[in-house]
Amino acid sequence: MTTTERIPAVEGWFTTSEPYTLIGAKCTACGTVVFPPRSGSCPSPDCDGTELEPTPLSRKGKVWSYTENHYAPPPPYVAAEPFEPYALAAVELEAEGIVILGQVAKGVMAADLSIGQEVEVDLQVLYRDADGVDHWIWTWAPSAPKGSA
Amino acid sequence: MGTLRPERQRVMATERDLVVLGAGMHPWGKWGKNFVEYGLVAAKAALADADVAWRDIEFVAGADTIRNGYPGFVAGSTFSQAMGWTGAQISSSYAACASGAQAMQSARAQILAGFADVAMVIGADTTPKGFFAPVGGERKEDPDWQRFHLLGATNPAFFALNARRRIDVFGDTVEDFAMVKVKNSKAGVANPYARFRKEFTLDDFAGSPIVSDPLRLLDICATSDGAAAVIICTPEYAMKKLGTLEGTVRIRAVANTTPTYPQIRLELPDIATDSNAVVQAPALGFKDSIAHNAYEQAGLGPEDVSCAEVYDLSTALELDWYENLGFCAEGEGARLVRDGVTALGGSKPVNASGGLSSFGEAIPAQAIAQVCELTWQLQGRSDGHQVENAKVGLAINQGLFGHGSCTILSV
Repeated sequence: MTTTERIPAVEGWFTTSEPYTLIGAKCTACGTVVFPPRSGSCPSPDCDGTELEPTPLSRKGKVWSYTENHYAPPPPYVAAEPFEPYALAAVELEAEGIVILGQVAKGVMAADLSIGQEVEVDLQVLYRDADGVDHWIWTWAPSAPKGSA
Repeated sequence: MGTLRPERQRVMATERDLVVLGAGMHPWGKWGKNFVEYGLVAAKAALADADVAWRDIEFVAGADTIRNGYPGFVAGSTFSQAMGWTGAQISSSYAACASGAQAMQSARAQILAGFADVAMVIGADTTPKGFFAPVGGERKEDPDWQRFHLLGATNPAFFALNARRRIDVFGDTVEDFAMVKVKNSKAGVANPYARFRKEFTLDDFAGSPIVSDPLRLLDICATSDGAAAVIICTPEYAMKKLGTLEGTVRIRAVANTTPTYPQIRLELPDIATDSNAVVQAPALGFKDSIAHNAYEQAGLGPEDVSCAEVYDLSTALELDWYENLGFCAEGEGARLVRDGVTALGGSKPVNASGGLSSFGEAIPAQAIAQVCELTWQLQGRSDGHQVENAKVGLAINQGLFGHGSCTILSV
């Protein structure tokens, strides 16, 4: 294991060291949680709360739906060349009552996924910039089957 | 919001319901010309259809396009200048796919408030090729930019998530989705304004590449150039013009609806839904509420609708709309296309125009084109794709960032 710091592709949405979690914002007045994190006002129309604090979200969730991109998305997506199809999954976090979209861990394709399947947060490199710096993003990875290393 | 089903207050139009006096379109296609050129053709066609002089238009409601520079952001003004300044009042509206309906709402409200008697509603677009991408520039705070940059979550990817749910939860098949395209392409062949006037078969799908699994290229609507305009007015103005209101197309509802918190269905362009852990989700989901509000305004229900134009951005999404419109229960949409219920000649024809599948989307013009189509259907002018005895027409769409609109017309 190297200890090189991982540069997140977006600031403040997930942890870059283990345990990897997404970071939401929680209203200090009513307890409502929102992702991506926001500040200034609670998203609930019935709450006057203005203070939201960062809160780690459940590491594990269940696949709500999934797809597989077969064409390179247009910029600002930084697509690898040649483009390799990859999967996206929308995952339901039960405790938070939120569905969150994310790329699926590299190599795991639509055929490997099913609705209701348990997945957990992991990280992978989203792209390498012109200076050779890797930018990391959260992924949904199938939870390791019991007994595997 | 009241009951789940609207009270049946009035089957007939009331004295206040505005009249669609004329409708005009520029055919849909991909020519890459200035969008204003298309708009002029549609405007002049609508004026001719209404037999109204440009100088008599008191209010111009433009639907904006965001991919054609500043003139696109001030569409009401741009078309007014192109037609020749007359000192008319204007508005310019942007609401993504619902822009045309928002322009309708603007003109309708202006007339109902008594500030004008006759108005033009107009939208036109010139679109780039390929995937819709966010507008240029690095905008790290923009959810539309974020979903492309961080995830590569294109529009078809969102359509595909929805389609996958239909397969795994409701038991739909990819053939069901293909049947929507087959149905719409068949209707579109007869529509002179449609871009793709070719009938597709189920066999054509095997050779169509997968874009976002499980959707193939043929399942996803293209982007197009096009323009549409309508002239709307008070019943008094129409009476003076026509000598009678008999047979006139009346605007029964224009509902532009936002979601109610928490919005628990993942929708474009959001990376996540709202949380329902603290606040309970509303009884009616967002897409159901769009139609519900229009039905309430009109005093009509799904059983009254003769024909509908729905946003088939993907084939599978059309099946969702059947359910959102109350044509069937949730999960039963595929049965309607399998049984031919929503085909021309069926009991609930949907997208008799050929739909977006035959048009491709010209964003600010599309919701207005839906109104043009319904107007002609209700007037019995849709040669080759006419819905028999059409009395009530409904158009529905949904745009990015929580815009949804539904328009109901009757004759």
